[in-house]
Amino acid sequence: MRGKFMSKFVWFVVAALLLFGAVAFAAENKVVIGYSVQDLGNQYWQMVAQGIKDRAAEIGNIDVIVLDARTDPAKQLAQVEDLIQQKVDVILLSPWDPDPGGSCVEAANEAGIPVIVLDVGVNSGKIETFIVSDNLKGGEMAGEFIAEKIGYKGKVAHIQCQLGYVIPALRGEGFTKVMQKYGIEIVAKQPADSQRAKGMTVMENFIQAHPDLNAVFCENDEMALGALEAVKAAGLEDQIIVVGFDAIPDALCSIKNGGLAATVAQQPYEMGRMGVDYALKVLQGEKLPEVVYVPVALVTPENVDEFLGGRPCE
Amino acid sequence: MKSLNNQKSTLNVLRGLGSVIGLVGLCVILSIITPTFYKGSNILNILRQVSDISILAAGETFVILTGGIDLSVGSVLGFCGVILASVLKTTGSTLMGILVGLGLGSLLGFTNGMLVSKGGLPPFCATLGMMAVARGLAFVYTQGRPISSFEKSFRFLGTGYLGFIPMPVIIAFLVYLLVFIILKQTVFGRYVYSIGSNETATRLSGIKTDYYKTMVYTISGFMAGLGAVILTARINSGHPLAGQNYELDAIAAVVIGGTSLSGGEGSILGTLVGALIMGVIRNGLNLINVDPFWQQVVIGIVIIAAVLADSRAKMGRGR
Repeated sequence: MRGKFMSKFVWFVVAALLLFGAVAFAAENKVVIGYSVQDLGNQYWQMVAQGIKDRAAEIGNIDVIVLDARTDPAKQLAQVEDLIQQKVDVILLSPWDPDPGGSCVEAANEAGIPVIVLDVGVNSGKIETFIVSDNLKGGEMAGEFIAEKIGYKGKVAHIQCQLGYVIPALRGEGFTKVMQKYGIEIVAKQPADSQRAKGMTVMENFIQAHPDLNAVFCENDEMALGALEAVKAAGLEDQIIVVGFDAIPDALCSIKNGGLAATVAQQPYEMGRMGVDYALKVLQGEKLPEVVYVPVALVTPENVDEFLGGRPCE
Repeated sequence: MKSLNNQKSTLNVLRGLGSVIGLVGLCVILSIITPTFYKGSNILNILRQVSDISILAAGETFVILTGGIDLSVGSVLGFCGVILASVLKTTGSTLMGILVGLGLGSLLGFTNGMLVSKGGLPPFCATLGMMAVARGLAFVYTQGRPISSFEKSFRFLGTGYLGFIPMPVIIAFLVYLLVFIILKQTVFGRYVYSIGSNETATRLSGIKTDYYKTMVYTISGFMAGLGAVILTARINSGHPLAGQNYELDAIAAVVIGGTSLSGGEGSILGTLVGALIMGVIRNGLNLINVDPFWQQVVIGIVIIAAVLADSRAKMGRGR
């Protein structure tokens, strides 16, 4: 009874593997690029991965292996080890955090496989280059925008992504720096775990505590859209401006419809494409610069149409 | 009576066999699909990758055998990790760091045990609370920032080798050997099974069930502390988010290994096979480049299929 069922189960797994596994019998002359990414549950990283796949398909003769670490540093290290086992030609890495990321790079160094890091730095190991959105600069841009809008005085609030992540923290740092420069007081600061619903709750509390707020900076758009709802519910749209970061489609539409005041656009898709280009440069033996910046841009009602690229908004 | 016992042990062997067949089957399939899979280096790679989860699962096995459940192991691992990282940084002593990690894990486990036995809380609730508390404390303590880069002597536990075998694999092996002996050869092990089968009867026959229940959660906490030592050494960082969702992997390993969630039935070797099945599937899916979103689906299906096979087998025995 049991044996029969087990064999069924085994065959089921076979079927599943064959069905979903694009079995990679890499031809000898094909370039194989492995990409280990911290979290494919996030639109941003999906865009990076898409950029890598599209660019690789354009050039041709390149196999891409994408592995999703789901925000777990240990899992990411395990996946890099798996890529090493497969002897990929280049590893692209978007680590979850610079320190565990360093362990991944060290493992690849030992195996002699070159590593290019995308968007989150590493604290140890030898990398070919670091391709990064200038998050600190983005935070500064948002800060400058807010400062100008509120006339270089008043009270501002700061909503953070989940604590423990480096990238959003850099945005917050850039914003804080500009506020300090102008002597504008940040009266409230709280994490809302990158989520829209939590962004709303946190902002509701801020408004209760500081009804005289002039602006709020959110480290990502999801939270900004939540905070905006709280501002609207309190009827303070004319008093409080809301600025986000990421330029996700919903945020762009909100700017177009007079909701959010601004957001900062990164170019994840472009970053993925650059990753492939630089990987090929490594394989051709080129020496790469230490850091390659992917430009960021401030999105406001004036230029939002460029970023929407003709997509309709409701 | 004797024949009944014989029958029982045969059935137990059969229980374990199903997951073993599954594991062997998986390995054969993967070896056919990708030649990378059965290389020695990849096998060691898999063993190293599952060492963490398998250690947590060993502690979880004790708890589940008594009919309880420990949802806090992942969070306890995270909290122990940041505290021991901080101890390593301040004292510079590898031994201190390890002792604090193991001690704190045991203490949190002991607290779980007291809540369940003396407090009379359902294990699910007690450890769900601890899960939130430990994760919260990890964030409070670090303010969300990781504590990183340690001495070579400490990192050796996660990244070093003894001969050609990775250290985490050796530690996990020793843990399993010890747990095997405890469950098979000691009175303690017998009482763990007995509590899971029928707690009231066990208590009425004069056995201090409260004491044994407290002990199994303490062991589970200790294992989480040990997992924290290895993970922290492996990724060179104590991070407040470390060990997220590990409790689910650990419980899955126990369940795939044929241990019953209602307690009293199961084996530590089954848990080991369960952990290996999860590791082999993850590694295999990576090697054959399965879309990452599908990977989760496959793992979920395997869990369901394994437990289904088990319950079918039980039905077949005309329970």
